[in-house]
Amino acid sequence: MQIPFTVAPRPDTGVNNAKIGVWLFLASEVMLFGGLFSAYIFLRIGAPEWPGEVAGHLYERASDILNVPLATLNTVVLIGSSVTMVMSWASLAMQRFDRYRLYMGATIALGFVFLIVKAFEYGEKFSHGYLPAENNFLAIYFVLTGLHGLHVIGGILVNMYFMWPGARMWKTDPKRFTNRIEIAGLYWHFVDLVWIFLFPTIYLL
Amino acid sequence: MDISLSDDLPALTRQTHGLAIEPRIMSDTEHSIEEIKKHVRVYMLVFASLGVLTALTVAVGYLELPFAPALIVALLIATVKAGLVAAYFMHLVSEEQIIRWLVWLSLGLLLAMFLIFSVYYVDQGGVEIFGF
Repeated sequence: MQIPFTVAPRPDTGVNNAKIGVWLFLASEVMLFGGLFSAYIFLRIGAPEWPGEVAGHLYERASDILNVPLATLNTVVLIGSSVTMVMSWASLAMQRFDRYRLYMGATIALGFVFLIVKAFEYGEKFSHGYLPAENNFLAIYFVLTGLHGLHVIGGILVNMYFMWPGARMWKTDPKRFTNRIEIAGLYWHFVDLVWIFLFPTIYLL
Repeated sequence: MDISLSDDLPALTRQTHGLAIEPRIMSDTEHSIEEIKKHVRVYMLVFASLGVLTALTVAVGYLELPFAPALIVALLIATVKAGLVAAYFMHLVSEEQIIRWLVWLSLGLLLAMFLIFSVYYVDQGGVEIFGF
């Protein structure tokens, strides 16, 4: 059975089903991250000191315990990957499949760079014994950045599918494939958007 | 005579259709490619703005402001950055009304959730939130 309105807009909504489906999913993601973000704010407001005592040391600012230069680098990497993602869609819209490959490849590579930097950051914390069970600050830091990291992994998997096996659709149904890249992009930009809020509030306050 | 005329007519009609439709499709494609090129220029401007705003975020972080003003400034800059990403990379500026309503609805629900948590927090004897 053919799935209806994968490319053509549905008359009552004015958009295709794939796009509205992804936007509904993103709306639920807003609540998921929003709930945890609220938890962070209230833990922070209620704490006598923040980040507080970690492994015998008293820290007064999150930037004393977290690596701000690495997180800044990751911010630039993720914003850059959003640009390459939107460029991969624009390349398909301009019928340039060769450029699509280039930009999608760059998006995947930047996603991996983000994860490698994050792994390095986590490794540094673990080596000092800074584990989630240590205090509230580390718990919410690992939960928020960890959940975000899982979203990056998910996005990379989707992008890798569209880079290789899924790209066959370009030959059979280019319009639908272009549409798929646009909505995969919506998810990827959302992951970038979450990081835009996490970076200043967790690392810099 | 009759037969040749009826034979020619569909051919003529096809040709007319071909001539009428083909240039329109071509100009549509060219138009959309031109449009996309304009979009690409906007994407680059947004990229540059996001870079500048990221630098600003880090700079404000080093000012070591007290928590409440620092949070407000950080959230303001982040909201502008998120707005740029949503408006241009996620195409919200040119998106259908139903998608924009969906976005406003989710943001409204997020605000409602935050307010409910705030009321509960203060009600349970938590500390003052931003002076309230």
